[in-house]
Amino acid sequence: MRILGHKLSVTAQIGLAIIAVNLIVAVFAPLVAPYDQTTILGDAWADPDIHHWLGLDNLGRDIVSRLIYGARMSIGLALVITALSFCIGIITGFAAAVTGGWVDQALSRLVDLLLSMPTLIFAFVILSVLGSGLPVLIVTIAVLDSTKVFRLARSVAVGIVSLEFVEAARLRGEGWWWIITREILPNAIAPLTAEFGLRFCFTFLFIAALSFLGLGVQPPDADWGSMVKDYRDMINFGSAAPLYPAAAIAILTIGVNFVVDWMLSMHSRGQGEGA
Amino acid sequence: MGKLIVQRSLLGIVTLAAASVLIFIGTEILPGDLASAILQNSATPENLAKLRLDLGLDRPAIVRYFAWLFGALRGDFGHSLANGRDVLEEIAPRFANTMFLATYAAVVAVPLAVGLGLAAAIRQGGAFDRLVNVVTLMTISVPEYFLAYLLIKYVAVDLGWFPSLANVSSDTPFGDRLYYAFLPMLTLVLVIVAHMMRMTRASVLAVMASPYIEMAILKGLTKTRIVLRHALPNALAPIISVVALNLAYLIVGVVVVETVFVYPGLGQLMVDEVSKHDVPVVQACGLIFAAAFILLNLVADILSILSNPRLRQPR
Repeated sequence: MRILGHKLSVTAQIGLAIIAVNLIVAVFAPLVAPYDQTTILGDAWADPDIHHWLGLDNLGRDIVSRLIYGARMSIGLALVITALSFCIGIITGFAAAVTGGWVDQALSRLVDLLLSMPTLIFAFVILSVLGSGLPVLIVTIAVLDSTKVFRLARSVAVGIVSLEFVEAARLRGEGWWWIITREILPNAIAPLTAEFGLRFCFTFLFIAALSFLGLGVQPPDADWGSMVKDYRDMINFGSAAPLYPAAAIAILTIGVNFVVDWMLSMHSRGQGEGA
Repeated sequence: MGKLIVQRSLLGIVTLAAASVLIFIGTEILPGDLASAILQNSATPENLAKLRLDLGLDRPAIVRYFAWLFGALRGDFGHSLANGRDVLEEIAPRFANTMFLATYAAVVAVPLAVGLGLAAAIRQGGAFDRLVNVVTLMTISVPEYFLAYLLIKYVAVDLGWFPSLANVSSDTPFGDRLYYAFLPMLTLVLVIVAHMMRMTRASVLAVMASPYIEMAILKGLTKTRIVLRHALPNALAPIISVVALNLAYLIVGVVVVETVFVYPGLGQLMVDEVSKHDVPVVQACGLIFAAAFILLNLVADILSILSNPRLRQPR
C-alpha cells in the first residue's frame, strides 16, 4: 500500500486502520450504536449478555452505545480544538516571521512564558474561574496549545521568508496576509501535517484527562474520559468497566502515533528515496 | 561558566514572576468578576457585595496582585473560600505527600531508565533492545489512568498484593507509606521510564557514531567498556536534561495518578478545589506547581552547562 508515492510501513497501516475505524464509528454513531447514549435500559451494572455486549453502566445505560457516542464527542472535540489551535498558531507564527521586529519579539516572549508553565496547571486556574462549559474548554485548550504550533510555524516560516519568491512578492507590494496565505502556507504544509497528528494526540489525551478529573466534558454527554471516571469504582469489584473507555483512548493514541512516526521517518529519510 | 549560571538563574526568577502574573490574570479575565463567578446562581446583591469586600475586589487589580504575591512569599496564601481554613495549613501536609510520591517514583525510575537505556544501547538491534523498544513505545502512548486501572485490576484486586487505595495520613509510618504508595509510584515509573530510557539509548547511540568510538573498537575494547567509559560521558548532557524534564512532568503527572488512587496529595486537592471554584487554593497550588516545574527546568539547564566541557571553559 502506498500513499503519495511513499510505501506504508506495517505499523503505519495498522495505525491508519485504527484511525479509519474510529472516524467511521464517530461519524456514523447513530447508525452504528445499538441504543441511544442516554436511554436507561435496565439495572445498573447488569452483566453483559447477547443484547449488551459489555453490559450496562452505573445508570443502566448500554456501555457499547456510550463508547460509540463517546468516540464522536472525544474525537470531534479534539479535532475542533486542534484545528482552532493550528489556526491561531499558524497565523500568529507566520505573522511573527513575516513582520519581524517587535511583533516577533513580543509574541515569542509571550509564548516562551506560556510554555514555561505546565499546561494542565494553567488550564486548572482558568477552569476554576470560568467553569467547564464546552466553549470555555475549546478556547482555553486551543489557546494554550497554539503556543507549541506557534514555535514550529514561526521556525518553518523564517526559513521560507528569506527565499527569493517571498522577496519578489514583497517588492510587488503584497500585504502580509497575502504573503502568509499564498507564499508561505503552501510551502509549510508538509512539516505542519506531521505536527497536526502529534498535537491531535496531545489534545485528545488532555481532554480525556480533564474529563477523567471531572473538569472536562460534563454529563449527560458520553465522552471516553468521563466514562473512565464514572466506571472507576467498579474496578474494586473485579469489573473491567473503566478499562474499556481507557483502552479506546489508548488504542486511538497508539494508532495516530504509528502514523506520525512513519511520517516523521519519511521526512528524515528525504523525499526522493521512498518514491 | 559562573556568569552563564547566574544568567539562567535570574531568567528562572523572571519566568516565575511572570508565571505568577499569569496565574493571577487567569482569574481576572472574567466577563463579570470573581465574586459573581463563585456564587453563580445563588448570587443576591447582598451576599455578592459581602463576598466582593471579603475578596478585596474593591481595590484595583494591580494592588491585589502585589498583596497576593507578597503574602505568598511570606507563606500567607489567604483563606479557602470553601471552608475558610488557612490555605497554607491546607496545602502543607498535601505538598509533603506529593513530594514523597514524586521522590519515590524518581528514585526508582531514574536508575532503572538509565540502566535499561544503556543495556539496550550495548545490545543494539538484539532481541532485548527490540522488546524494550516496543514496550516503551506502548507505555508512552497510553494515558496514566489506563496503566493505573490495569495495575489496580490485576495486581491489587485479582492478586491482592497491594492496596488499590493509597490512603496515607500524616502519622502513617514510613514503611507502610512505601507499601501504600507502591502502585501509584509504579504507574508514574512506567510512564516516565519509557521516555527517559529511549532518550538515554538514542543519545548514547548518537555518540557511538563518532570517529573516536571507532578508534576504541579498533583497539579491541569490549562493547560494554566502550559504552560506559567512552560514549556515556559525552552523552550525559542530553540524558540529564531529559531526566530533569521528566521529573518536571512527574510534578504534573501526579495530578491524575493521585486522583486514581485517592492519594491525599496537592494534585488531588487542586482538582477538588477547581470544581468548587475555590480560587485562593487553586492559585496557591498553581503557583507551587509552576515553581517546581520552572525550578526543575532550571536545574536541567544548569546541569547540562556543568556537564558540557565546552561551556565549562571560560571564553
